[in-house]
Amino acid sequence: MTDNIVEIDNLSFGYKGRLLHKGINMSFPRGKIVAIMGGSGSGKTTILRLIGGQLKPVQGEVRVGDKVVHEQGRNDLQKLRRKMGMLFQQGALFTDLSVYENVAFPMREHTNLPESMIRDLVMMKLNAVGLRGARDLMATELSGGMARRVALARAVALDPEIIMYDEPFAGLDPISMGVICNLIRNLNDALGATSLVVTHDVKEAFSFVDYVYFIADGVVAAEGTPAELRESTLPFVHQFVHGEVDGPVPFHYAAPDYRRDMLRGHDV
Amino acid sequence: MFKGVVSKLASVLQNFGHRLIEQFWRLGSASRLFGYTLASSGESLRRPFLVIREIYFTGVLSLIIILVSAFFVGMVLALQGYNTLQKYGSSEAIGVLVALSLVRELGPVVTALLFAGRAGTAITAEIGLMKATEQLSAMEMMAVSPIARVVAPRFWGGVISMPLLASLFSMVGILGGYLVAVPLIGVDGGAFWSQMQASVDFREDVMNGFIKSCVFGVACTMIALFEGYDAPPTAEGVSRATTRTVVNSSLAVLGLDFVMTSFMIS
Repeated sequence: MTDNIVEIDNLSFGYKGRLLHKGINMSFPRGKIVAIMGGSGSGKTTILRLIGGQLKPVQGEVRVGDKVVHEQGRNDLQKLRRKMGMLFQQGALFTDLSVYENVAFPMREHTNLPESMIRDLVMMKLNAVGLRGARDLMATELSGGMARRVALARAVALDPEIIMYDEPFAGLDPISMGVICNLIRNLNDALGATSLVVTHDVKEAFSFVDYVYFIADGVVAAEGTPAELRESTLPFVHQFVHGEVDGPVPFHYAAPDYRRDMLRGHDV
Repeated sequence: MFKGVVSKLASVLQNFGHRLIEQFWRLGSASRLFGYTLASSGESLRRPFLVIREIYFTGVLSLIIILVSAFFVGMVLALQGYNTLQKYGSSEAIGVLVALSLVRELGPVVTALLFAGRAGTAITAEIGLMKATEQLSAMEMMAVSPIARVVAPRFWGGVISMPLLASLFSMVGILGGYLVAVPLIGVDGGAFWSQMQASVDFREDVMNGFIKSCVFGVACTMIALFEGYDAPPTAEGVSRATTRTVVNSSLAVLGLDFVMTSFMIS
């Protein structure tokens, strides 16, 4: 039996009666990098929030280790979250703090380490993402790629067991994308962590992840290693992996008949 | 025809009911946030530098607008007061008029209104943008409570700043009044101060003004915090929330002032 650090079991979630997820099952083995892929609005980020306990499922459960996330009390949930690090889509750095203070933030909040040790740890984390020299800059002075790297240093500040990445490549130039791909792989292996990467960038994700889940219409539409999915003949996976404009996911949002729509308002 | 009127009436009622329920929801959410803030206060008060930082941002940075306004309000009070009092031959009472108006009413009320415009809007916009840029979510995921780390220190910063600002407002206002009444108009300085000293009661006037400014501090800061925390995470959402902070704070201050004054006078 494989050792899964996160397991999602028959999970359903939705807002105001509309279900976004309809019975999702996923498992994330310890030490692996797993990508969750799907179109925009398919509820990928929501899965990360459900794992982090920021949202509660309508049905089913998310287990981290042997604990069911939504059944934890406030204090236990805080303890569980200390095992996790999360990289938000735009970095979510604290804009009133410097790069150094951003990375030091979790250490100052959760440990009583002396300043000299915090300094050493912050330097090591910043060095790992290549931004030791930018420690005195304010968060607002960074480019998108740099902000993402600082946020990554902050996410791994306390050596989490699980690192979650929400769209880590969105809006980055090709060089920064390559840097982030390498960092995710290297940090995961160096820390012995498990990484969950939510993304829709097929090329980047397939280059370094171990396993992929595809979500469509609220269910896991396909899963497998990148090599298996590249060869997949499932129409949705084929359309997504090869970036085809039309297919099972239509180009047009559901709309009434084009001709009738255009003639509406013209009394002919 | 009749059916049309009925359905229109029904939709108006439905809208009204919907908005009413929404307001009650918001009131409930605000009360809940207030409760959580008080419950998390111990955590943030144990780290006084967080509160001191907020006192700087809400209190110290509001000083200029508060002091300049106070100076002008005091001067205008003296000018207007002298104009009326001299008709009755009691222009020496100008000091009493200026001091009582400031300490009892204008000090706490005008400070609170200026505070809502200067510091309240800043708090709402800051928290609203922190929410929009996922900083609050990030904090939550780092197992740090945004209410204890962000909301509670700002709450206490505002609550502590308000009475201090109101006291300074009254002091500078009285100074402005003195400068107009004594050196400019020529009222006797001794009479100005001695009548003021004889007529302003510490408990009845100064303490009541202090109580008012404390209540305004809680109301204005909590409204600003709630509007920021509750703002939809969009540019439009934050801008609307900022406007609501000023409108709701001003109305709350004026309403609370009437209620408190009626109790204090009776």
